[in-house]
Amino acid sequence: MTNTLLILILLGLMALAYHLGVRRSQKLVGGPGGVRGLHSLPSYYGFFTALWCGLPALIMLLLWVSLQGSVIRDLIVSDLPEAVRNLPEARLGLVINDIQNLAQGNIVSGEVSPEMAQAAEHYKSLLRTSYAASFVVILSLAIAGLSLGWRLISPQFRARNRVESVLKWLLIGCSTIAIFTTLGIVLSVLFESIRFFGQIPITEFLFGLEWSPQMAIREDQVGSSGAFGVIPLFVGTLLIALIAMLVAVPIGLMSAIYLSEYAGSHFRAYAKPLLEILAGIPTVVYGFFAALTVAPFIRDNGELLGLDVSSESALAAGLVMGIMIIPFISSLSDDVINAVPQTMRDASLGIGATHSETVKKVILPAALPGIVGGILLAVSRAIGETMIVVMAAGLSANLTVNPLQSVTTVTVQIVTLLVGDQEFDSPKTLAAFALGLLLFLVTLILNVVALRVVRKYREAYE
Amino acid sequence: MSKSEQQQARTIDRVNTTLAQRYGRERRFRRFGFFAVVLGLAFVGVMFLSIIGKGYSAFQQTRILLDIEFTESVIDPSGERDPAVLSSANYSALIKNSLRALYPEVKDRKEKRELYGIVSNGAALILRAKVMADPTLLGSQAQLWLPADDDIDMLVKGYIDRTVVQSERRVKDNVIAWIEKLESEQKIGKFFNTTFLTGGDSREPELAGIGGAVMGSLYTLIVTLLLSFPIGVAAAVYLEEFAPRNRWTDLVEVNINNLAAVPSIVFGLLGLAVFINFFGLPRSAPLVGGMVLTLMTLPTIIIASRAALKAVPPSIREAALGVGASKMQTVFHHVLPLSMPGMLTGTIIGMAQALGETAPLLMIGMVAFIVDIPGSAMDPATVLPVQIFLWADSPERAFLEKTSAAIMVLLGFLIVMNVLAVILRKRFERRW
Amino acid sequence: MLSVTPNTAGVVTLPKGLVGAGFAPVADESRAINGTVGDITAVDPRMTARNVNVYYGDKLAINDVSLDIGKNEVIAMIGPSGCGKSTFLRCLNRMNDTIDICRVEGEIKLDEQNIYDSSLDVVPLRAQVGMVFQKPNPFPKSIYDNVAYGPRIHGLTSSKSELDDIVEESLLKAGLWDEVKDRLAETGTGLSGGQQQRLCIARTIAVAPEVILMDEPCSALDPIATARVEELIDELREQFTIAIVTHSMQQAARVSQRTAYFHLGQLVEVGKTDDIFTNPRHGLTEDYITGRFG
Repeated sequence: MTNTLLILILLGLMALAYHLGVRRSQKLVGGPGGVRGLHSLPSYYGFFTALWCGLPALIMLLLWVSLQGSVIRDLIVSDLPEAVRNLPEARLGLVINDIQNLAQGNIVSGEVSPEMAQAAEHYKSLLRTSYAASFVVILSLAIAGLSLGWRLISPQFRARNRVESVLKWLLIGCSTIAIFTTLGIVLSVLFESIRFFGQIPITEFLFGLEWSPQMAIREDQVGSSGAFGVIPLFVGTLLIALIAMLVAVPIGLMSAIYLSEYAGSHFRAYAKPLLEILAGIPTVVYGFFAALTVAPFIRDNGELLGLDVSSESALAAGLVMGIMIIPFISSLSDDVINAVPQTMRDASLGIGATHSETVKKVILPAALPGIVGGILLAVSRAIGETMIVVMAAGLSANLTVNPLQSVTTVTVQIVTLLVGDQEFDSPKTLAAFALGLLLFLVTLILNVVALRVVRKYREAYE
Repeated sequence: MSKSEQQQARTIDRVNTTLAQRYGRERRFRRFGFFAVVLGLAFVGVMFLSIIGKGYSAFQQTRILLDIEFTESVIDPSGERDPAVLSSANYSALIKNSLRALYPEVKDRKEKRELYGIVSNGAALILRAKVMADPTLLGSQAQLWLPADDDIDMLVKGYIDRTVVQSERRVKDNVIAWIEKLESEQKIGKFFNTTFLTGGDSREPELAGIGGAVMGSLYTLIVTLLLSFPIGVAAAVYLEEFAPRNRWTDLVEVNINNLAAVPSIVFGLLGLAVFINFFGLPRSAPLVGGMVLTLMTLPTIIIASRAALKAVPPSIREAALGVGASKMQTVFHHVLPLSMPGMLTGTIIGMAQALGETAPLLMIGMVAFIVDIPGSAMDPATVLPVQIFLWADSPERAFLEKTSAAIMVLLGFLIVMNVLAVILRKRFERRW
Repeated sequence: MLSVTPNTAGVVTLPKGLVGAGFAPVADESRAINGTVGDITAVDPRMTARNVNVYYGDKLAINDVSLDIGKNEVIAMIGPSGCGKSTFLRCLNRMNDTIDICRVEGEIKLDEQNIYDSSLDVVPLRAQVGMVFQKPNPFPKSIYDNVAYGPRIHGLTSSKSELDDIVEESLLKAGLWDEVKDRLAETGTGLSGGQQQRLCIARTIAVAPEVILMDEPCSALDPIATARVEELIDELREQFTIAIVTHSMQQAARVSQRTAYFHLGQLVEVGKTDDIFTNPRHGLTEDYITGRFG
């Protein structure tokens, strides 16, 4: 709350700084009539002053907020009794949590010892001091910046260039967020994975044939071997992705061909957006549809045929995932088919080929790289899809390629391991990050290859 | 006849011999294509029909007409109208009294418990709210429509077959007899279900609503919009208008394209590891959800914004530069306003994606069971798609219809957003 | 409305692809178009077009054109841009069918059969009347597969060796055999522009059509490649009937026996090539060949 107040005051100061900057620049050249004597428009002098007022103060505020927590924590810890300080890191964290809760007047898990009450008081006072100090430091920084900016203004001063270069750096900063996101993904999954591989050997993870992440708490517990072999998950993921592709590729490709080569403009105008609705439906809806409509349907029909179908069969999840991917395949195919030059069609038709011969023997071979790229992107999407499999596929890691049985996937396991109560540092939790790393790497490779193939293809016809 | 003429004559004969076969293949191919389109459209149809068919009834709620006697001795024996006493009084006793009066023949204890079960637990809360708002009700009598239990709701809506044997259905014969009596006296009826639209989550299907999830989605989307739109536009402007062509910008570009295809759950892992474990932001908060979704939607917005900027012809830039505007002024005064409709369209589509996203939010704890409707972006909350996920897992039959109805609401929002994007594009589309 | 004003520099600007006929303000009587000047018939006609009108949407692109295309002759169609000569050429094997808004009226006969008859099948028609396009458009396949494409789809051969023979013969006729015989498996798009166009000609003649339509086949080629293709056209005349649309009057003079001059969608004058170029009878033809139109 105090920080919000501080930011509001800062914004007010910046508005004041803008006003002062404009006034001073005009005054220097003798009123609004003399603006031609200035290098830049008066508003740029205003922005310049406001930036000097606000930027250093905001950076300071950011630093303050991010460092405040750990500094206060260290101060508190150093004041705690010896016995508490020597607790392991995880337990110490709990104690500090309790102190913070106590200070904020929340309910505390354990009973309150006098040391803790004292520490909580200490914590409160430190927090108050920190807030007061941040007010003083940041506001004085803002005022100092304001006066500096104000002093710098002169008729020859190139305010516009300065303001624009600040703006440019801001734009550059925004464009690097993509890099930081990738970096953040890589680092966050990598660090936890390295800790995981410290406990479970990487070869066992990659080549193990059994997956049952429940660690035995008691020695005699049944079915909790704590095996972390990723092969069954991978086979399950690929099985479902394969079923999805078997549904999506023929339907998506053929509808793209029909809509772009055969359909009348009227039919296309309605059918295309209707098909694209499928792309806009959230995956959780597909998951619901798979679990409550398709899976029972398949199981009942399987029973009629005398087949033993699991109620969480890979077939149901794969089928619905295929439906989800249809518009993805069809719009990508549509793009690449339309990129094949008309002269190619003319040449084939001009020699007396039928329409389907032209499509099959000229257009599709010419568009093949683009279509393959699109399919690779779709595979990457199928592998990374979460909600459909979480809702419709099973949890038990069966190593099977029978689509009527229940299999589990990488994403399902990530969700089950991380949703609910987590034990930090247990291999169970860390395993989720190792799976995340695997998933990220596989999809990254698929995406890079696919995007390169598609780009090469585009260049060939541009 | 010359040799070439012979050859030509032979050509046409040969062409004609295989012609029928070729046209057969042509027809089959064409039919196959048409079949694919129809199949795709059928999937759309089946999904919508199955969801609407299951969900439309959730917008109605079964209520029972009861004569409630606000007995003062039960609610406020001291007569002081102390809010604390009023708040903690035993309102379900009033309902039980009323039910006993309605069915005097029920004597058995077990049967009585079954009888009390036909009215929702939430009915007592409704009575409490009425009394708290107007304590003068005490001592009076009123006829009130109170919500029925979810099993009764299902029975009245026809989802429970009354003809199967008793052991195969959730509602017993004696209960059905009571309900049939109510039906014949027209004391049971269906009303528009406002609880569903405004209420928070609940373990009782008849009390559960999407109000909390909608507010959670709203806060999450506001955070996402506030972060992703300025950042996305700024990044697009830099990359399209200012960036030099070099390794660094190539890297940024490859990165953006790849991020667009990274599985959403990986963003959830990032949010969990960085925002929650490293920066210590609160779990389950729309703020964190919004931040994760921002990272996820940024590529979409950047790609759309760059396309919009590219569509502005260079002549506009040259004209502005030609009269002495700086590069920055050219972009901000001319190029950006002209490309704004395209950018907004891309942003709306990105927001629609964010609204439907579930998986990354599971990772950052927005999957908790939360009854209270969140009041700010820092309160624990859930969002509409996660609510759907949670309800879809619930065993009660009544949650099935609630889930479908929540999906209808979600799809409604998405359709509105997409239509908005289409209108925006049509309205401001400019051909140069 | 459309206005055409030939200025002193001799340049006419016409909107591309759009032709309204007969609306041009004429300078004098000799430039008015009242039907076609010259003999539209050929001694031994392979194709005959009578009173052909072509519309794009509701715009008239070809206005009442009648013309014979004689056996074993090369007929050149010339005229300013947008005069409808390409449109007329594309009518002859119904390539205009691929344009949705295009509508053709009148009668075009191939060997006494009206090709716009509703019962007629375009697939065998196009096997009989082949086409070579303005831009070389080889398929992104091997040279061999490019030439073999037509015989394969039409089922002209029953064995691999027969197909090999057709490919070799067609490439020989197209004068490309010696240049490519060692690299038939390489992709056709890797050839030079002139070679690509000769490959496209080989692809067309591999089906052994009766008539070959060429739509400015040399406009994307350099002078040396152009000369090579022109030579080829002359050789092909022995076996095929050829109709060629060209922008270059020199080319028309070099390769053709008859020449037809189109102007604003109408056929102005037809005659022996020598006569047209040395002694044009219509004022517009004279303007064009003397260089007053671009």
